[in-house]
Amino acid sequence: MINEGFHKAFESRIRLGIMSALSVNEALDFTALKEYLDVTDGNLASHLKALEKEDFIAVEKSFVGRKPNTKYLITGAGRKAFAHHLTALEQLIRAQK
Amino acid sequence: MNKEQDYIRDLAEIRSMMERSSRFLSLSGWAGIMAGIYALVGAYVAHTFYHFDPANIQQHGKGLPADLEPVVTLATVILVLSVGTAAFLSYRRSLKRKESFWNGTSRRMVNAMAVPLVAGGLLCLVVLSAGPIAWLVPLTLLFYGLSLHSAGNYTFREVQHLGLIQIGLGLLSAWQVEYSLLLWATGFGLMHIVYGIYLYVKYERAA
Repeated sequence: MINEGFHKAFESRIRLGIMSALSVNEALDFTALKEYLDVTDGNLASHLKALEKEDFIAVEKSFVGRKPNTKYLITGAGRKAFAHHLTALEQLIRAQK
Repeated sequence: MNKEQDYIRDLAEIRSMMERSSRFLSLSGWAGIMAGIYALVGAYVAHTFYHFDPANIQQHGKGLPADLEPVVTLATVILVLSVGTAAFLSYRRSLKRKESFWNGTSRRMVNAMAVPLVAGGLLCLVVLSAGPIAWLVPLTLLFYGLSLHSAGNYTFREVQHLGLIQIGLGLLSAWQVEYSLLLWATGFGLMHIVYGIYLYVKYERAA
């Protein structure tokens, strides 16, 4: 059964985790996301890139003193797609009961 | 292929991530219980052995009266013990829950607490040196209540209610100075124990 609410970008647990965390926070930096998800830098970076490519998340680069600080936030499109995905999940669970 | 189980697990993980990334849930109820016990013992010692009575402080000129020095030392010891115990117990609980202790959420919670605590702490230092000393009781309750109220945005909601109770007791103790030590013991002692037990029963015992 193919459900149109499902998005390929959300097939990975890590990407789903990133979207969940960003959906309840204004913005999160790389370190915070890494701690919540318990993944390696490279792994997290590649998943963030993928979500960025879909325009589901936006990146905000700034400097804290001299240290670069990258913040991630969810976009309108990302919020919408994530909400669709949640609804689709709930429907699938209900349909199979 | 067990798809349904997968979907249910996906949803559970989404919910847990939303919770973990917005609230620090490793706060231990035992931290409240222990802080309450320290405060009750402290208030008892101050009252019985040091004859501390906020309504009846002889203040000659500026500066801290010599007979109040042990009370201030006692209060500082209680503060350090309470914060230390809270940090230690919450750290232990975060290990058990496999949540990192110093993460984005706990950092935000500590930041939210720090603003009213530092402002209140500085004011208390001014009051210590310039008086009136009796104001320390309502001020500590009031600013601690404010800091709990803002910390409640990043941890269990109940912490916010505890904050409101401390604020109320602080205002009451500013008005009824003769009962202020009793009100202080109610806020820092009894209420910590009550809320500590409540948090423990609600969130820890079952887990």
